[in-house]
Amino acid sequence: MIQTDLLIIGAGPVGLFTVFEAGLLKLKCHLIDVLPQVGGQLSEIYPKKPIYDIPGYPSVLAGDLVDNLMEQIKPFKPTFTLGEKAESIEKTDEGRFLVTSSDGTVIDAGAIAIAGGLGSFEPRKPPIEGLTKFEGHGVDYFVKDPEKYRDKKIIIAGGGDSALDWAIELADVVEELTLIHRRTSFRGALDSVEKVMALAEAKKINLITDAQAVGVKGDDNLKSLVIKQKELGEIERDLDYFIPLFGLSPKLGPIADWDLAINKNAIEVDTFDYSTNADGIFAIGDINTYPGKLKLILCGFHEATLMVQSVFKRIYPDQKLSFKYTTVTGIEGM
Amino acid sequence: MKIEEGIINIKVTDRDGDERIIQAPTDMSFNLMEALKANELPVEGTCGGMALCASCHCYIKSDHDTGEPSEDEEDMLDQAFFVEDNSRLTCQIKITEDLEGLEIELAPVS
Repeated sequence: MIQTDLLIIGAGPVGLFTVFEAGLLKLKCHLIDVLPQVGGQLSEIYPKKPIYDIPGYPSVLAGDLVDNLMEQIKPFKPTFTLGEKAESIEKTDEGRFLVTSSDGTVIDAGAIAIAGGLGSFEPRKPPIEGLTKFEGHGVDYFVKDPEKYRDKKIIIAGGGDSALDWAIELADVVEELTLIHRRTSFRGALDSVEKVMALAEAKKINLITDAQAVGVKGDDNLKSLVIKQKELGEIERDLDYFIPLFGLSPKLGPIADWDLAINKNAIEVDTFDYSTNADGIFAIGDINTYPGKLKLILCGFHEATLMVQSVFKRIYPDQKLSFKYTTVTGIEGM
Repeated sequence: MKIEEGIINIKVTDRDGDERIIQAPTDMSFNLMEALKANELPVEGTCGGMALCASCHCYIKSDHDTGEPSEDEEDMLDQAFFVEDNSRLTCQIKITEDLEGLEIELAPVS
């Protein structure tokens, strides 16, 4: 079991900066994020885009801001659980929290800061009737172990890097591989596109373009996929596995069931310290809402700074907190 | 439809099939996603208008010239569903006077 003062759910910019402000008050932080890397949207959606409204930076690439934040919080030695979703929460008799992740990791924390941004990133699922019924029975949204597909018939749908890369990697493993895509051109890396085209030429990949999957058939397990192609109309293909790869999109996820006051997919907070209606649980950054809320990284930083004052008082009710400037005190370990 | 200077009228069919006409200013460098949101239409615009999320996907119903989607927009449409030949991401359409009388329909969300 991991023990910490403050568990931060979401390792985006606001979650990361929270470690700094909490660290100034000598609070230890652990972060959990569903994505395998830190940075949240900045890393997942727009790492190469410039941000212009971070004070002191006329322009900074989103990915660079994440790198800088990681550098800034290093002296406070945060710990991370990445690639796991915060699933359930339980309050102990001592008023602490036990948060369990999707992979069964348990984190024991004195307070919770939800810095979940847009929510947790989950695979985009094609809107095909009955598709979810076959999840784990022939429908996979991730490729975890290529060996699972050895000598099987698989169909991958999508036109981006992950669809192309897996098509290339699995072409040699499977019995039959079909790649279906909405357009005739692919947006992935040029090198990958050329490889897929060469594999299609060599009949190692069946390429069906101008097409999308529209139906699934089977009993307990998926047996065939109905594909709508522009010229051919609806065609049906037998298969063992269907792997739709359409990227990730954010969903509020399990937090919606944590008995917090929620207003239009955002968590209502008190602007005094960004506390939620549940004692000891706070919400900062894009995931919270209050009168006048603006979804800006800048505002999230401010929210984190005020929040940790109350987090400190909750964890150390008998200790006095005196406000200090970093310029005067410096940062230990820097 | 009343035509006012600096304001255009857009006919929007929502996901329930209900139609309404919204007004959008041409002089505030608005894009269509922002105009829809300002009129409280159920468009997420999660990424804020960078053609990076496809949550403002719509169909262009009238024959207005909204320009060709950029490669970035096409890439994002690849990750969307219910994509048709007249699909666009509204965040990539600038509100200009040429779009007076534009008719659009919000794409379903999955």
